[in-house]
Amino acid sequence: MASSKTITVEVDDVSHTDDVEPRLLLVQYLRERLGKTGTLIGCDTTNCGACTVHLDGTSVKSCTMFAVQADGHSVTTIEGLARDGKLAPLQQAFHECHALQCGFCTPGMIMQSASLLQENPHPSEQEIRDGLEGNLCRCTGYQNIVAAVQAAADGTMASDNGATETAGVA
Amino acid sequence: MTTAEVGRPRLRKEDSHFITGRSKFTDNIVLPGMLHLAMVRSPFAHARITSVDVSAAKSSPGVVAVLTGSDVAAEQGGLPNVWPITAEQKAPSHPAIAVDEVAFAGEVVACIIARSAAAARDAVELVDVSYDELPVVLDLEEAATDRVLAHTDLESNKSATWVFDSGEAGTGKPVSEALADAEVLIERTFHQQRLIPAFMEPRSTVVDPTGEQITVWSATQIPHILRLLLALTLSIPESKVRVIAPDVGGGFGGKLQVTPEEAITVLAARHTGKPCKYTETRSESLMAAHHGRAQVQKLRLSATKEGIVTGLDVRLLADMGAYLGLVSSGIPILGAFMYNAIYKFPAYRFECTNVFTNKAWTDAYRGAGRPEATFAIERLMDELAVELGMDPLEVRRKNWITHEEFPFATVAGLEYDSGNYEAATAKALELFDYEGLRAEQARRREAKDPVQLGIGISTFTEMCGLAPSRVLGALKYAAGGWEHAQVRVLPTGNIEVVTGTSAHGQGHETAWSQLVADKLGVPFENVEVLHGDTQISQRGLDTYGSRSLTVGGMAVLAAADKVIEKAKVIAAHLMEASEEDIEFADGKFGVRGTDQSTSLSEIAWATFSAHSLPDGFEPNLDSEATFDPQNFSFPHGTHLAAMEVDTETGRATIRKYVCVDDVGVVVNPLIVEGQVHGGLTQGIAQALYEEAVHDDAGTLVTGSFVDYLVPSAPDLPHYTTARTETPSTTNQLGAKGVGEAGTIASTPAIVNGVLDAVRHLGVKDIKMPCSPSRVWAALEEAKMSGGVQ
Ligand code: FES
Ligand code: FES
Repeated sequence: MASSKTITVEVDDVSHTDDVEPRLLLVQYLRERLGKTGTLIGCDTTNCGACTVHLDGTSVKSCTMFAVQADGHSVTTIEGLARDGKLAPLQQAFHECHALQCGFCTPGMIMQSASLLQENPHPSEQEIRDGLEGNLCRCTGYQNIVAAVQAAADGTMASDNGATETAGVA
Repeated sequence: MTTAEVGRPRLRKEDSHFITGRSKFTDNIVLPGMLHLAMVRSPFAHARITSVDVSAAKSSPGVVAVLTGSDVAAEQGGLPNVWPITAEQKAPSHPAIAVDEVAFAGEVVACIIARSAAAARDAVELVDVSYDELPVVLDLEEAATDRVLAHTDLESNKSATWVFDSGEAGTGKPVSEALADAEVLIERTFHQQRLIPAFMEPRSTVVDPTGEQITVWSATQIPHILRLLLALTLSIPESKVRVIAPDVGGGFGGKLQVTPEEAITVLAARHTGKPCKYTETRSESLMAAHHGRAQVQKLRLSATKEGIVTGLDVRLLADMGAYLGLVSSGIPILGAFMYNAIYKFPAYRFECTNVFTNKAWTDAYRGAGRPEATFAIERLMDELAVELGMDPLEVRRKNWITHEEFPFATVAGLEYDSGNYEAATAKALELFDYEGLRAEQARRREAKDPVQLGIGISTFTEMCGLAPSRVLGALKYAAGGWEHAQVRVLPTGNIEVVTGTSAHGQGHETAWSQLVADKLGVPFENVEVLHGDTQISQRGLDTYGSRSLTVGGMAVLAAADKVIEKAKVIAAHLMEASEEDIEFADGKFGVRGTDQSTSLSEIAWATFSAHSLPDGFEPNLDSEATFDPQNFSFPHGTHLAAMEVDTETGRATIRKYVCVDDVGVVVNPLIVEGQVHGGLTQGIAQALYEEAVHDDAGTLVTGSFVDYLVPSAPDLPHYTTARTETPSTTNQLGAKGVGEAGTIASTPAIVNGVLDAVRHLGVKDIKMPCSPSRVWAALEEAKMSGGVQ
């Protein structure tokens, strides 16, 4: 066994202290140790963005970091994005704009979009497209993803119609 | 009906768990005591295996067992090909783990079973395999000469040759006459590059052998077919195998397979008696999951000076890769029926030879044979227009089947039930501003603008709704093309729909709920759709070839019809009326000529309590139906692309993309639109970005997402999409299918556009993908040969 290291990471507002091997990737730690299976792995070359989470509020590809590098930091995953039983605006917007099909790229897309909107709250279509360059989607052709980010930025979702119920968070 | 669900842009039921990260992809499944697999793969494209030493791997920490080819061969027959297109078809044996010889780089030669995924991967390095390298054959045309054999145990690389001749079939004249009498003859060779489906979720399988049954979770499009074939190839009774396709992250034909990895995981679980999981890495996926396209098309089209096509002769070489996958051999044959596209050709001949090479095997990829056919004919129609100095639209108009001519028996032997090519084209032209862009094109040419403009046209049709079983039988496919559904009315009146189709992003839960809500007059929310588990959905043929709605959806409707018939019997009994007097509308069963009525939920409760039912009535309100379509359906459309080509850098960009698709009656416009967007993107990717490239030794050079260029958001434009609606006349709903339309139509539209931009500079053709370097090289070559005016 490779020597392990003790880390403390706050994930979705809960603090975790664990012994991890230095080679353990953050995404593996999240998925395998903490059961945060909303963060997905689509590649082994940091290209697809399916594993995107927030580290201290900024998006990172969690397959690009070792778990030990997250020691002392706070991580938000797709599972921690909804607050008080309400979907985050981007989650709602992805639903309303039909911005997902198979749903595999979706958590990463939403996390990346959230960070994009934090940096640039009113992006143009091109800025959104450029901001999502590191996230691949094979199903949607991106058009509805772009529309969802735009809708979240503009606050033009129909949030309180039947849609919210359909997508309700228990 | 007051609020029709069919036609309504319902938001999807299935979104909730994906947007909150509670998805159930196979790799998320964790079972107690679960072991993990890692594959040892061949680095050579062709080699004899002289020895496999697993002793070091076996004693590596955490390793439980190592499987080799001989362990597996004892228990499992070769992997299946279920489409022997000719009686003489040749195929190499295809063991799940190679025994004596490997035939492509990435083929599995051993499997490590360990207590953790990391331990399994560590031990991969410790397996010592000795290989004697053998000569490789990679190029398709070279392979067809048989100078080098892809398998030493086959005498030829040619698997089978399949021919359709309209003269012989009686569907048209002999093509030889048409070619001999041609006033204009267009001869071209096109290359369909090898593509990788590249679904975003890597393939993954979990097998639990610990109960009475073996339970298999797999990222598959075909749980029912997989169950049957695992049972057959592993000699297990089907009733002992349960396959679950949980959330599946994309497929596009790429998960229409019985993979070596699935078979190996089942065997590993049997060997160890423990649950086992295998999840491939992306590099493994690109290397060893099946590829698509990979054809050389030799084409001759004859026409009159007026631009009327008189005949088409097609000769294909199709690269099977190293093995025949599940339906590999039939893929080019599916295209055979589509080369005449929307046109009235009087003579047609198609001949395809399937050839082995030392690469990963090819099989279905979005459109499966039809994109290749459509590309060829739409490129040829443009070439004919250029030859005759006509507008490419004019050439198409002169040849297409007009609205009044449907139903139309085509030279390829299909009967098109309905279509209106004029209407779709007119709408597309209007949205595109065809005249305006042609004027701009002329200005740019005149001004010798470094950025030239081209307009690409593609009119298309495809055959969806695979397939009438008798047709599949005639084509020697092993199974039928029916689909199965159950509609169960629960005691409260809520509905459970069980479908044999297996969604991986297509939104079946939403669409099927809409169908049933309308049919039974119940709220959309009260319908639950179950699928993707052979224990729940006991019969089915799964999802591919845009068959879900046109075949699976029709089975659902037929089952719902039977529920209504049953409910009428009980309604009559409850209201003491005669069955003939019961009318059903808006979820109410009324007695004609009275104001008496009862609801579906009251009837449901009555069947549940069973206190008072007609004599001999089985106390339930469930039904099932198996639907076998009488014909395919034929969606069509017109796609227009305005392409800007920078003549200094070779970069081609899409300035505007307009498509009008006619997919018949639409259940959910949101879902249809989404399918079109995704399809367009994959077709555009073939035209501009993607290609599986191998080096001379047969190693996949594009073995990661760094090199295999799946387009991302900034690579693509905003699409303008619209629809016309010409209902199909061959199914109850009038639906036609949409999954592949965008892919089929967009590739030729884009390439025609790129060529249109630079043809006046002397460029005659560009191989796909039309990457900047290819376009630039074509421009340079044209310059050298004095093409520039
Ligand atoms: S899994 Fe992290 S970028 Fe693909
Ligand atoms: S929704 Fe399937 S990959 Fe994006």
